[in-house]
Amino acid sequence: MNRDATFDLPATPGEWGWASLRTANHLRRRLQYPLLGIAGLLVLWWWGGWAIANNPDTMAFASFAPGPTLTAFWDIVSSGQVWSPIESSLHRVGFGLLYAILIGVPLGVMIGYFNVLRETTHVPFQFLRMISPLAWMPIAVLAFATWDAAIVFLIAIAAVWPITYATAHGVQRIDPMWLKVGNNLGANPYHTLRYIVMPAIAQDVFAGIRLAVGVAWIVLVPAEYLGVTSGLGYAINDARDTLEYDKLAAFVLVIGLIGYMLDAICVRLIRRSSYHAES
Amino acid sequence: MGAAISIDYITHHYPKQTDPTLQDIELTVSPGETIALIGQSGCGKSTLLHMLAGLLIPSEGAVRINGHQVIKPSPRWNMMFQKPSLYPWMTVRRNASLGLIFQGRQEGMNKRVDALLETVGLAEKAEVNVQSLSGGQQQRVALARSLATDPELLLLDEPFSALDAFTKTELQDEVVRLSRDRGITVVFVTHDIEEAVAMADRVVVMGSNPGTLQHQLKVDLPHPRDRTSPGFTELKAELMEFFGATRHPASRPEPTDDTSSSAEAPEADDPAASGSAPARRAIRAA
Repeated sequence: MNRDATFDLPATPGEWGWASLRTANHLRRRLQYPLLGIAGLLVLWWWGGWAIANNPDTMAFASFAPGPTLTAFWDIVSSGQVWSPIESSLHRVGFGLLYAILIGVPLGVMIGYFNVLRETTHVPFQFLRMISPLAWMPIAVLAFATWDAAIVFLIAIAAVWPITYATAHGVQRIDPMWLKVGNNLGANPYHTLRYIVMPAIAQDVFAGIRLAVGVAWIVLVPAEYLGVTSGLGYAINDARDTLEYDKLAAFVLVIGLIGYMLDAICVRLIRRSSYHAES
Repeated sequence: MGAAISIDYITHHYPKQTDPTLQDIELTVSPGETIALIGQSGCGKSTLLHMLAGLLIPSEGAVRINGHQVIKPSPRWNMMFQKPSLYPWMTVRRNASLGLIFQGRQEGMNKRVDALLETVGLAEKAEVNVQSLSGGQQQRVALARSLATDPELLLLDEPFSALDAFTKTELQDEVVRLSRDRGITVVFVTHDIEEAVAMADRVVVMGSNPGTLQHQLKVDLPHPRDRTSPGFTELKAELMEFFGATRHPASRPEPTDDTSSSAEAPEADDPAASGSAPARRAIRAA
């Protein structure tokens, strides 16, 4: 229960003080642990940079430390250099996910609904699922005319499994009474899908998409190491070749930040698609 | 207008069971009549109700509603279950509208549904998510949902058994009032004898192993029924006696597995042996 709602309208001006105090208190409680975690990571990073800089063998990589990295990060952001690789990468991930959703959701609904299909597909799908998407690279390069299309294929083939199986799991969890009641009220198959099955599984589908985004974002960078001349993976490889380690680390930072944002968007979607009453 | 039902010699076997679940069920129901089916658990009364709804097809015999054989569910006959099974992602109004949406009768739908919600006392809850409602209110939404499509027949599968005594009584009276107003035929399954006497025009007692119709009892009390009147309590006592006779011998503990009690089966199966005297009385009462 969201009790904050009751704080919205204080009855007297005197209560404003209390209300703002409560809001501040609430904000502090919400942020204190995440901030602690971020600080911990920064300390670890700083310590790592210090250790590298003080070891004669690794001194050449000293610009991986927070100071040079954040400076380089500011440089690529303020010069606008960062946007073009982000755009290329998001474009590839977006299309890869789109294909994965278009294939995975209907496939998952059918696997969840038909026992025969579930049992038939179990072995081949689990077999295919466990093959690293990058293992398909040579085949993808042969099969697709452009590097871009090959990368989109690799992302799609990595992302399709979490979406398929999360959807199937959602379908299996549907209360059989919901289908029976729908049937009793005269629902045709389209009605059942549109008004009963899809709303019932929406949350599971988005949970699958969240996992898929994670996998896709991981596959993207190594896929972009090869062939293409754009994207975040290429930018990292390029920085390595030119020995700009501060820039390399700055792009690593960018990958982490965007990945975090994509995940946060998915979490929001999961929450919005949940039919459970706020609790 | 209520539906006329004719149940023609239904015998039903579930797959992998040697004994039939239902045997030679024959019953006719006139339009607008309210019938209670009572019996021990496992006597097949719920199976019979599912056949009336078209959710299950009997292995032998047929159900006819207004002369047409029932082969699939239809919005013209609607079933209410023990659980309201509302869709938690929809508002009260949306839940109650579903039958109309599925039928493609969207014109004037909101007005119609709002009027129904008014009837079941949930007008001000129309925009609320159903998860915030109490059990009784949820069952009222299910009732509105069932009535929205103007059914000729309402089938109730122990729909009030999960409710508290007060809400239960209230809803029993409400269903009677609404179905009588609209002339809807009602068939309901229960093992609550008071519910049967309070709502039904005729009570049908079923015996188990296999499920058969044992007795019928006409309830000739005016509505609304006074549950404390001598006539009411007398009928309750009489029905209790019939009901007790179906669990013959009375001292035997209830079998945990309904299909495994073949040793006692011949005795219990024979309606003449277990209840010829009550049967005669039932005819007199009718």
